[in-house]
Amino acid sequence: MAVEIPKVAYAGKIKEIPLGREGNTITVGGESCYPFHLFEGAMPHPPKIAMEVYDRAPEDWPDTALEPFADVAGDPAAWARKCIDTYGAEMIALQLASTDPNAENIPADEAAAITKKVSDAVDVPLIVFGTSNVDKDTEVLKAVCEACEGKNLIIGPLSEGNYRAIGATAIGYKHTVMASTPIDINLAKQLNILLGNLNVPDDKIIIDPTTGALGYGLEYCYSVMERIRMAALVQEDERLQFPILANLAKEVWKIKEVKLSETEAPLLGDQKKRGILMEAMTAQCVLLAGADILVMRHPEAINLVKESIQDLMIRGEG
Amino acid sequence: MGLSGIEIFKKLPKTNCGKCGVPTCLAFAMKLATGKAELDACPDLSEDVKEELGEASAPPVRTVVIGTGERAVKLGGETVLFRHEKRFENPPAFTLLLSDKMDEAEISAKLTKFKDTTYERVGIVLQPAMVAVKGECKDTSGFMALVENVCNNTDAGLVLMNEDVDALSRAVKSCSNRKPLIYAATRKNAETLGNLAKELSCPLAVKGNSLEELAEISEKLIKMGLKDLVLDSGARTAGKSMEDQIIIRRSALMKKFKPFGFPTIVFPCEMTDNPMKEAMIACQMIVKYGSIIILSEMKGHSIFPLLLASMNIFTDPQRPMAVEQKIYEIGATDENSPVLITGNFSLTYFIVSGEVDASHVPSYLLIKDTEGLSVLTAWAAGKFGADTIAPFVKKCGIEEKVKHRKLVIPGYLATISGELEEELPDWQILIGPREASHLPAYLKQWNA
Repeated sequence: MAVEIPKVAYAGKIKEIPLGREGNTITVGGESCYPFHLFEGAMPHPPKIAMEVYDRAPEDWPDTALEPFADVAGDPAAWARKCIDTYGAEMIALQLASTDPNAENIPADEAAAITKKVSDAVDVPLIVFGTSNVDKDTEVLKAVCEACEGKNLIIGPLSEGNYRAIGATAIGYKHTVMASTPIDINLAKQLNILLGNLNVPDDKIIIDPTTGALGYGLEYCYSVMERIRMAALVQEDERLQFPILANLAKEVWKIKEVKLSETEAPLLGDQKKRGILMEAMTAQCVLLAGADILVMRHPEAINLVKESIQDLMIRGEG
Repeated sequence: MGLSGIEIFKKLPKTNCGKCGVPTCLAFAMKLATGKAELDACPDLSEDVKEELGEASAPPVRTVVIGTGERAVKLGGETVLFRHEKRFENPPAFTLLLSDKMDEAEISAKLTKFKDTTYERVGIVLQPAMVAVKGECKDTSGFMALVENVCNNTDAGLVLMNEDVDALSRAVKSCSNRKPLIYAATRKNAETLGNLAKELSCPLAVKGNSLEELAEISEKLIKMGLKDLVLDSGARTAGKSMEDQIIIRRSALMKKFKPFGFPTIVFPCEMTDNPMKEAMIACQMIVKYGSIIILSEMKGHSIFPLLLASMNIFTDPQRPMAVEQKIYEIGATDENSPVLITGNFSLTYFIVSGEVDASHVPSYLLIKDTEGLSVLTAWAAGKFGADTIAPFVKKCGIEEKVKHRKLVIPGYLATISGELEEELPDWQILIGPREASHLPAYLKQWNA
């Protein structure tokens, strides 16, 4: 009996954005269909995973997450190298956690120097995160832009409060920006319009619609991503046709359920495997909602997600 | 199915009374036609008309029930492709696979684990739903014994699987009062199993080797008068499964294609030998339309995240989840521990309690009923102002638990602190951080 496949008519396409320095770029985006709906469109660039590196030795991570990086924690450049050499990282995501005014509050030039060192140590695309403190991020990210001119970093988060200052600097030093909004499709669109008005080129914008962990608000983030992708592809909403980034690792690894040992919570099973699956499943969900770049931590979780991406990219029989 | 909104409208009372929640009968008819309203919402329909229209307004994916009593599992009933369009109705049934190839010790260990696996979150019980018993040994009595063993051990829903139609029929008959799912009608045995399912009124799984074959067998069974079917497209890879599930759901919703208007059954357990990968594929199936998800094991580290994912994806986007109004004690609290207050939106609770926990400063967290609204929304709606916070603080019993009288309110509510101090003259109101992530730093500096 013939089955007619009810297809969706896609009118729009996600922009293709090259990341990283010339000669070593990785392109994300370019989709002309919903995530992995390969029977009716194309995903020319499968989603990529950026491995997290911190600017200081983490204090609040469970041992299960720290263990793979115990020998390099505290040396961000070595940490980044290990991610690439040992774990095959496609991209690096440097979290400048020490710049947080509620933590060490290291000055902008120090953060820029750390970033420069990491940037010089790697050839893959480098994402640089501030701490979502509007004023401090402005100082820090401007300094980072200047110190790493020409490296085409992906910097963020840019929010409504600081997109002008950081955006203008990013244009000057030719970096890509991450437009960050709190789980709201309209705000996401609005910020992209504002960045456009500021003359940030369209091939220099990535959307960060905010990501929550499994069990901690993931469903809101999931639906906002899904709606952004629908608006971009079906409703031809041109200001939403950008790749999506999900900064998920730091959300997952701070929740109670990855920190409880099996002795404390026998019903939750093996602590290490649980943490890995919590991270990998959070990633799996946002992948299916439309994420193009996943910021992840645990090498084993990353391997599971990479395999998942490969499996979903194969149509075939079976 | 297949009636247009106008055709339905002709049968409605045309009073435009609005009792159904929609202003006009025409608007109500349009909603019925797209499966976005329930017929029962109209109080003025005769039974005849109800029956006639019942078919037309039934969800495009039929609701199928497996099992009986408290552990009966409801599947399908879906009306949308994306959760934000309305909501996903019935979360997938995580189902443990047991085979007559396993030895007694393994069976017993797996069953015990299955029964012990239950979690509570925001007042909702999360647990695996069913057990699948698979006969692979061509030993009818062994298979029957295993089915009996499982029946005696759990009230959960059952899936009975055997390629030997006689063995399967006997096993189903032995426990038909439990309404097991019969797996599976194929091109070869559809008639025999179709008759069996009809006779015993049990749900029946349909397995094709392709979508085309699946549609053909399903249509044949519908013609035989079967109503409760569950679909298996035969896909055994993650990629193909994804495609088939989407096509099945879309055909039911967009084309009202009857042979695909049923819940589905998927087998991550047959797609890999790696249990971690199996869990990842199961997670994919939660998001993309698997109804019964068959797993080779129920380990806490994999089933817990799967149940969480399922709860997240199947939460009604239009109804915020709320936690109970009360004092939550985080850590080893004493009479000098800080006291914080916030709203009962579940996400607020999870995030705030998580950060307090991470601070290692034992604290009392007062959760006030804000009808599931977040702090600012609740304040704007008049459910989290000084006038409602004050009576709650006085009555909740916190005054007996602490010696001090300092209350930390969310940073976003700074404007009500003066008012709150007037309402709570014994208390000093402290303004906490705006973001929960700044709570650990804040609490570490706190002293009574």
